[in-house]
Amino acid sequence: MSSGLVTSAYLVSGLLFILSLGGLSKQETARRGNLYGILGMILAILATLATLLGSAAPNFELLIPLMLVGGLIGAVLAKRVEMTAMPELVAILHSFVGMAAVLVGIACYLEHQDYEGTAKLIHEIEVVLGVFIGGITFSGSVVAFGKLRGSISGKPFLLPGRHLLNLGMLVACLWFGLAFLNGTGDPALHALLVVTAISLVLGIHLIMAIGGADMPVVVSMLNSYSGWAAAAAGFMLQNDLLIITGALVGSSGAILSYIMCKAMNRSLANVIFGGFGANAGKSSSGGEGLQGTVTETSAADVASALKEAKEVVIVPGYGMAVAQAQHVVKDIAETLRSQGVNVRFAIHPVAGRLPGHMNVLLAEANVPYDIVLEMDEINDDLPEVDVLLVVGANDIVNPSALEDSSSPIAGMPVIEAWKAKSVVALKRSMAAGYSGVENPLYFKENTDMLFGDAKDTLSAVYSAL
Amino acid sequence: MIIGIPKEIFPGERRVAVAPENIEKFRKIGYEILVEANAGSEARLPDFSYEDAGATISGEAKEVWAKSDLILKIRPPSEQEVSLLKGGATLISFIHPAQNEELVKSLAERKVNVIAMDCVPRISRAQSMDALSSMANVAGYRAMVEAAHEFGRFFTGQITAAGKVPPAKVLVIGAGVAGLAAIGTARNMGAIVRAFDTRPAVKEEVKSLGAEFLELDFEEDGSGSGGYAKVMSKEFIEAEMKLFAEQAAEVDVIVTTAMIPGKKAPILITEEMLKGMNEGSVIVDLAAEGGGNCELTVSGKANRVHGVTILGYSDLPSRLPTQSSRLYGNNLTKLLQLLGGPDDFSIDFEDEILRGATVAKDGEVTWPPPKPAELSPTPKVAAKKEVVEPQSAEANSKSSLFSPGVLLGLVCMALLGLGWTSPTESVFLHQITVFVLSCFIGYMVIWNVTPALHTPLMSVTNAISGIILIGGMLFVSGSHPWLPWLAGVAILIATINIAGGFLVTQRMLKMFRK
Repeated sequence: MSSGLVTSAYLVSGLLFILSLGGLSKQETARRGNLYGILGMILAILATLATLLGSAAPNFELLIPLMLVGGLIGAVLAKRVEMTAMPELVAILHSFVGMAAVLVGIACYLEHQDYEGTAKLIHEIEVVLGVFIGGITFSGSVVAFGKLRGSISGKPFLLPGRHLLNLGMLVACLWFGLAFLNGTGDPALHALLVVTAISLVLGIHLIMAIGGADMPVVVSMLNSYSGWAAAAAGFMLQNDLLIITGALVGSSGAILSYIMCKAMNRSLANVIFGGFGANAGKSSSGGEGLQGTVTETSAADVASALKEAKEVVIVPGYGMAVAQAQHVVKDIAETLRSQGVNVRFAIHPVAGRLPGHMNVLLAEANVPYDIVLEMDEINDDLPEVDVLLVVGANDIVNPSALEDSSSPIAGMPVIEAWKAKSVVALKRSMAAGYSGVENPLYFKENTDMLFGDAKDTLSAVYSAL
Repeated sequence: MIIGIPKEIFPGERRVAVAPENIEKFRKIGYEILVEANAGSEARLPDFSYEDAGATISGEAKEVWAKSDLILKIRPPSEQEVSLLKGGATLISFIHPAQNEELVKSLAERKVNVIAMDCVPRISRAQSMDALSSMANVAGYRAMVEAAHEFGRFFTGQITAAGKVPPAKVLVIGAGVAGLAAIGTARNMGAIVRAFDTRPAVKEEVKSLGAEFLELDFEEDGSGSGGYAKVMSKEFIEAEMKLFAEQAAEVDVIVTTAMIPGKKAPILITEEMLKGMNEGSVIVDLAAEGGGNCELTVSGKANRVHGVTILGYSDLPSRLPTQSSRLYGNNLTKLLQLLGGPDDFSIDFEDEILRGATVAKDGEVTWPPPKPAELSPTPKVAAKKEVVEPQSAEANSKSSLFSPGVLLGLVCMALLGLGWTSPTESVFLHQITVFVLSCFIGYMVIWNVTPALHTPLMSVTNAISGIILIGGMLFVSGSHPWLPWLAGVAILIATINIAGGFLVTQRMLKMFRK
């Protein structure tokens, strides 16, 4: 197969990837978009296989079985994964890309030692960058995976002087990176491996310091990194398709991180280096004690309030995912809708542990997507709402974000739940949310609390309906 | 402990303190309940409904009074009733201690603990026990029903085959609980409603009910303590009276609710104004018991002068006995929950509500209560707190990091620098071109993605970043001994990524349905 044909095949698959991302702009075109992506990938693989056919020893006996096994494992993973466990899956898949980038980087260095002069320098810079980014992506994603699964504590793990430590590791990477660029043969290879090792430790250390609820940002940031790692691999292999794809993925992840940060009114640096939530204990006790009483209600009362309402809005949060309550939420919504109640859902951008996590959970439970609205779409309608159900969400409905300038979450855009005529908040206990900030919403006169596991309490509400 | 519910003996009183549905709640806390026969019959709450709820019916009033440790009542007890009370018992009812000092003294002498429902402090925590408000609500509703009954025309406007009917015009003076209930009722009946109040704070509530809020060209806030209005200045009253005179000539129905605690009700509608009113107009004076807001009100009666009917009924809640009894019973239930069950019953003076409402305890008169720390009726916390604009911080981050001009300039400079330092490396420059253009395309495309699809977006990008597979494929046949291993692992995990990413996306997207 001529190299011209391969290049144009790569170009077509690059276009298909762009179309694939473009298709995701609307629910109606999203499935077609995914198909474009699959097509593009198949085309790219076929073209590469065709190139290999022309080479002396294509090593198909190793290549083909590996691809089949990998495809099978991937298919089983995709089939088995619970929708609530999507963040974990995404995180572990990121780590694979990072790992692959490291391996490809080292392999590329070992294979192509025939460059001279500037070309050698550029090539080796590309290798060390690719390995560095890949290493951070890999170990960071593994830590994120552990935090999301709960096998590593979700609390920020803060070493003393961690900023200095990060800086030190970065300097060490630069030092060994330079050693790699200047050296040849085994010493250079060793320097490269040291850079790999440091980048792995750096990835672990960076992500350990970030708390569980900041994971939407972390996961989208790692998504971005995995893209940049792929792009770096493209540079060293002089493969345009890898560069295009890597750049697409990289900017996608960067934009998602930016959107998530904006939704929390924090800068990216604040999320990455902040160790947010660690000092919240002070700020919550420092403020004036919240006044008012908490009114507790019962499942039967909630059911009758829902029946009498005309407009109902449900605000789901991470608690709904933890309790796996999306199906019973949908049952309630469907029953009410069949009785003529206008039920809608309000989704905050950072609800859950992954961008768009709540949408997927609700879709899994068969909630039609046209009644699932974004925060900005529904905030203006809230004063007309008769009953607003908060299911396992806390900070994203906290009025102090807008009212109290001293609050740690001040300025964060929130769903203005308190404007509804009545609010029922489902919660396991009165504990403060992730940010450690007390939520005055629970003390408002129009707010009733329904304590307990969201699934159990909602099931009780549903049977009362 | 036994709760006793005697029949109200005040002439014309049709309410009863507790409805059958409250009985069950009392029993749940652990009380026994003794109800006097026919206590609820006037409120259409027959004896058997109390029995069904688990109460015992007693034919003898004396038995109820003598046996009970806790008497629940509406009207203040008569002298004879006081003499029947068991020593050490607790009485909960309306007392009006300012007007009934002798009664409170005689109750205290009998060592009776007395909680006055009319002295429950008007704070937000006590709203559910505020019987004055719940009765005022009933009174406001009934006032409008009485007015409609006396008024010779429709309240609502109609266009019928027999001709056009104009809607009635209603003026409500004083938009407290009763006033707002009256406004709501009149609006529901279809009338045009105007309302006046000296407290500007209630303007929003009036408007939310669909009434017009009348205003004076005059700066004075009439908000007093405890949710009541205070006495206004002379100039204000003059301006106010002028407004009322104008309105009186125009409207068909006037409901007045102006009361100032501890003082005689202010005269708002003079005889002069009455003369200016249309024939057949109706005035309902809810302040009749406190002297009346209209000069010619006769307390407790209807009075027709100058063609205007003035209703001075002081028993409006009692005219809607079933509703009033239920609401009053609910107020009592909440108060009892605060007092505790039979085992831990105590009148805790540490509690602001109980301290305020208790007028006699352990043989001593405890009224008036010590002044509580300054309590503003409408907390102004919200106004004081600085409202943080989310945009401000956003704008900052934008201007510092995402200003397109700065960004573009930096990118251009970096590209120029690259081109200058590597003049011979055309391959590298070509790659940079592809890279930068792809970043731009990615930027443009991703902003269009709907937030609902962010998770599928992540899994798709995840799958396509598995394109790094190509790198593995190219090296799997390399010459270095490590290469098959390195490339093999890369191939394996990259294909997991591709297959897993695409398939899980497909699975997710299938779930999105309209």
